[in-house]
Amino acid sequence: MKHFTYERASDRTDAITQVAANPQAKFIAGGTNFMDMWKEGVETPERLIDIRKFPGEITVTDGTLRLDATTTNSQVAYHSQVRDRYPVLSEAILAGASPQLRNMATTGGNLMQRNRCSYFHDVSYPCNKRVPNSGCPAIEGINRMHAIFGTSDRCIAAHPSDMCVALAALGAVVQTRKPDGETRNIAFKDFHLLPGDTPHIETALEHGELIEAVEIPPLPWAKRSHYLKVRDRHSYAYALVSAAVALEIEGDKIVNARVAMGGVGTKPWRSPEAENALIGAKNNEESFIAAASAALEGAKPYQYNVFKIELAQSTLVQALLTVNSEQ
Amino acid sequence: MSTPDSNRHFSILDQMPIAEAPNASLGSDRTIAVKLKVNETEHELQLEPCVTLLDTLREYLGLTGTKKGCDHGQCGACTVLVEGERVVSCLSLAAAHQGEEITTIEGLAKDNKLHPMQSAFIKHDGFQCGYCTPGQIMSAVGLIAEGQAQTDGEIKELMSGNICRCGAYLGILSAIKEVKEVTA
Repeated sequence: MKHFTYERASDRTDAITQVAANPQAKFIAGGTNFMDMWKEGVETPERLIDIRKFPGEITVTDGTLRLDATTTNSQVAYHSQVRDRYPVLSEAILAGASPQLRNMATTGGNLMQRNRCSYFHDVSYPCNKRVPNSGCPAIEGINRMHAIFGTSDRCIAAHPSDMCVALAALGAVVQTRKPDGETRNIAFKDFHLLPGDTPHIETALEHGELIEAVEIPPLPWAKRSHYLKVRDRHSYAYALVSAAVALEIEGDKIVNARVAMGGVGTKPWRSPEAENALIGAKNNEESFIAAASAALEGAKPYQYNVFKIELAQSTLVQALLTVNSEQ
Repeated sequence: MSTPDSNRHFSILDQMPIAEAPNASLGSDRTIAVKLKVNETEHELQLEPCVTLLDTLREYLGLTGTKKGCDHGQCGACTVLVEGERVVSCLSLAAAHQGEEITTIEGLAKDNKLHPMQSAFIKHDGFQCGYCTPGQIMSAVGLIAEGQAQTDGEIKELMSGNICRCGAYLGILSAIKEVKEVTA
């Protein structure tokens, strides 16, 4: 464990200036993921700039829901607007971690959380994410929990978040501020990066760029949405696979659909293939099976995670059946 | 055979220098002033920024009721209330809770009377070895305050952050249900 200096930032500008000034500085808010990795020796910052006490508000403007970066997971999951309008988001958050961790962990931190590959977390192994070009033991190792989409010959770690799977399905937008003062809106699909040749670069953020908020578009039909998570035990475990789905149905036809999967991708995995298969199709099990089949096309399993293909298909079908049966 | 070192181990006061030792050995003072209100008592401490809330409670304040289990946020043994909300103190930096109100298991009983949750755990046999119990009780108190758990299933799900290796879960569930009914 490496020592670090610590300061509570007075405001956003102060926080950004302080982190930007030191390449080895990091923001900290809930700290749940960071503290775990710092104790393991995976995270070794020189300086932490605390933003946890920044205002964490949930607001609605013209139907768009805005979550400040420092809203806690519990605050978001139990918010009446989130529960009523985006059940998939509330359910996804409550399917992750434990109540204590959800009281600490923040929206921005959830987006920034790092993967749970056991080789990444064990500093006695090489890992291209920790030490670029040192190798990836997971590819030929115990890869049961690993990804089947978006992998590269450098990294196959699955993205661990539940919340981010719902945010991917809902087409959220990440609002950030850069050290030069410029603000930008990053589409959720562009926020997390595929590992490619640079698995150590995980997001579109530059050093010192701060997540200010996450916005979710109005999407009135997302009232009919659901998150289904399958894990090795009933509660408090990472997903083997998960599905975030939303359907808009008119008569016996699907007119709009959102599908994203967790536990299968190196980033939260939205499936336009499944969405395209659903839109215009009848809202019955046959369509759902076809969509699930389209969603898993192109999956690349490894020695121990071949099961994820069928499990993900069944999970998608089950989640779609559940949403379809809601009135 | 007793050595001076082994005697030291049992004195809380003698642990204070242990906490300050890293600075001395590194020759630089990185400590910062941290004010915490723990169980209604104000404390002013000089801490390394990396000291967790759990280690602060146990090693600096002598409040060893809060237990260190996994030290990675997975077992819940270190659960305390911060500003009334349950958190795992092992993944919390003490410095990050500057000025905040912390409640530990030692702060639940009032005027020599156990907190209703403590009494209920005794009545319903909500423990065997007792190591996870302070965390279970603090988590249960937090759960009641949150008001989200109505059914048995919901109580179990919202207590899933606390592991009991003795498997006292049925007693724990009964205890929480009783307190929930009384406070409803």
